Amino acid sequence: MSVLIFVDIAEGKIKKASFEAANYGAAIANQMGTEAAAIVLGNCTEDLSMLGNYGISKVFHNTDSALNVFDAKVYAQAIADATEATTSNILIFSNTITGKALAPRVSVRLKAGLVSGAVALPDTSNGFVVRKSVFSGKAFASVAIQTDKKIISLNPNAFSITKSNNSATVETISLTIQPSTIELVSVNKITGDVPLGEADIVVSGGRGLKGPENWGLVTDLAQLLGAATACSRPVADIHWRPHHEHVGQTGLAIAPNLYIAIGISGAIQHLAGVNRSKTIVVINKDPEAPFFKAADYGIVGDAFEVVPKIIEAVKKLKGSV
Amino acid sequence: MKILICISKTPDTTAKIAFADNNTSFATDGVQWIINPYDEWYALVKAIELKEADPSIVLHLANVGGADTEPIIRKALALGGEEAFRVNTDNTDSFFVASQIAHLAKAGNYDLIFTGKETIDYNGASIGAMLSELLDVPFISHAVKLELNNNVATVTREIEGGEEINKLSLPAVISCQKGMAEQRIPNMKGIMGARSKPLHVSEPVEAAAYTSIVSFDLPPAKAGVKLIPADHPEELVRLLNEEAKAI
Ligand SMILES: Cc1cc2nc3c(=O)[nH]c(=O)nc-3n(C[C@H](O)[C@H](O)[C@H](O)COP(=O)(O)OP(=O)(O)OC[C@H]3O[C@@H](n4cnc5c(N)ncnc54)[C@H](O)[C@@H]3O)c2cc1C
Ligand SMILES: Nc1ncnc2c1ncn2[C@@H]1O[C@H](COP(=O)(O)O)[C@@H](O)[C@H]1O
Repeated sequence: MSVLIFVDIAEGKIKKASFEAANYGAAIANQMGTEAAAIVLGNCTEDLSMLGNYGISKVFHNTDSALNVFDAKVYAQAIADATEATTSNILIFSNTITGKALAPRVSVRLKAGLVSGAVALPDTSNGFVVRKSVFSGKAFASVAIQTDKKIISLNPNAFSITKSNNSATVETISLTIQPSTIELVSVNKITGDVPLGEADIVVSGGRGLKGPENWGLVTDLAQLLGAATACSRPVADIHWRPHHEHVGQTGLAIAPNLYIAIGISGAIQHLAGVNRSKTIVVINKDPEAPFFKAADYGIVGDAFEVVPKIIEAVKKLKGSV
Repeated sequence: MKILICISKTPDTTAKIAFADNNTSFATDGVQWIINPYDEWYALVKAIELKEADPSIVLHLANVGGADTEPIIRKALALGGEEAFRVNTDNTDSFFVASQIAHLAKAGNYDLIFTGKETIDYNGASIGAMLSELLDVPFISHAVKLELNNNVATVTREIEGGEEINKLSLPAVISCQKGMAEQRIPNMKGIMGARSKPLHVSEPVEAAAYTSIVSFDLPPAKAGVKLIPADHPEELVRLLNEEAKAI
């Protein structure tokens, strides 16, 4: 009996959300008096023993070249195999695009109940109950898993990491790897940018910015803060910004540490995608904008005057540290 | 070519989220129900577009839900679904629901199964992938674009920080999101026609439920916004740095 964490690799590097999943899995292992192991599929250029820093004692690695193209079917079988080979009974994913394609498939293969979008450690005082985000961030549900094997996929930015100096042992594991039936035609990465779903800070603009030519306000501030950029739905619909930046109930749901909304009214459907952010800043010239009710800090003012001053103040701050 | 589109019922996006029965169920009083937006705007409309390009395509709808789901099924028929299948049960466990749809899918021998990327109420993002495993076919999630060439689908899907184009032979399950198609409004002819389209109801097949909802709760209310005067934005930067420790 142990906890197995799927550690996701992109371009040879461990994804940030996977460190959270690893640390979360290790905390569960600790809670259950057992050990946490990790499964890594495909080539990785990082030293996997450092997963020990996140509480993992053993890393199982398989570098079959078929794993370099992501096929949920092939991956799910490999992970199910690894779960059985390591006699693990709790399996952790991060609730990212990859995790969402995999965890449910593995759940079916292993007859293991799944809770996706978890936001807290399981409560084992009476059964095995996991708190998850529902209604697009507007509420939580506590969900009991009834099966012996259990799968949790953890929402990004929902669990804060505690690091140690430990190191993990790394072993090669042999698994059944089927040939993939999916052909990868091309990959189009938006390079240089911070991926929105994983960003610590997000700067977002709405229709209040009047036109795409004014987006420098958003991108300059984002760049200074090492932040990702986002937008409201109409902004993506009228093609001021690309669709993948659209956040909200029908776009991406995010939970960064800091969300800065500029010229966004704060419609309920927008809030649904951002209300799990830890700190929310709203800049809007209308004091009645609903967003102020969901904000921690606000400035009632014209973005075209306020934001350049914020940019100057951030430059000053960054220069002084 | 036969396409099965999985549609589910969710509260309208502006519905007040509140709970009843000692926080064990969603309070449905006064709630307007809609087709889950991902299922309607992207999965269903994309399927309709495919049929417009190739009229030999058959569009079937699948729903697992009680009789109160029928209005949204009729709306999906009004938009362009041709025939609907409802499995009569309120059980909401993802594996149970996926098992019911898998049963329908096997019986109907579909080439392509569309789901939304997730429901906006349970946010499981699970049923499509479960279905693909139950049917032992490939799964492409978060599809933003799809082209069909006989039996081969070329699908653009979202990945973290970009997009990827995949090519695969059908059958397959594909979960759809924004980009696949644009929202449509049913016209009068569609609405009238929907009344006479077949809506088959069957009882659930036996399947396990792996999970159950114990209770719901609401996030704690925000303490209230701290307003900073517009002529001193540097104060905001100081607070974010010193108080919120966010930058
Ligand atoms: C089913 C459904 C799903 C939806 N899903 C989403 C979703 O996922 N995401 C989403 O964002 N929306 C969604 N919407 C749309 C949503 O209801 C709002 O229409 C949208 O969020 C408004 O975008 P906005 O705030 O950019 O624009 P507006 O509502 O036009 O607001 C612009 C704001 O900018 C302010 N402003 C104007 N000029 C300035 C200035 N110079 N300086 C500072 N502030 C200024 C104004 O006071 C105003 O508050 C959905 C709607 C529906 C019906
Ligand atoms: N009860 C249901 N009946 C039919 N399809 C469903 C049902 N629930 C979910 N789906 C489909 O599965 C997708 C993902 O749902 P979920 O895993 O609950 O987020 C939805 O977008 C629908 O396409």
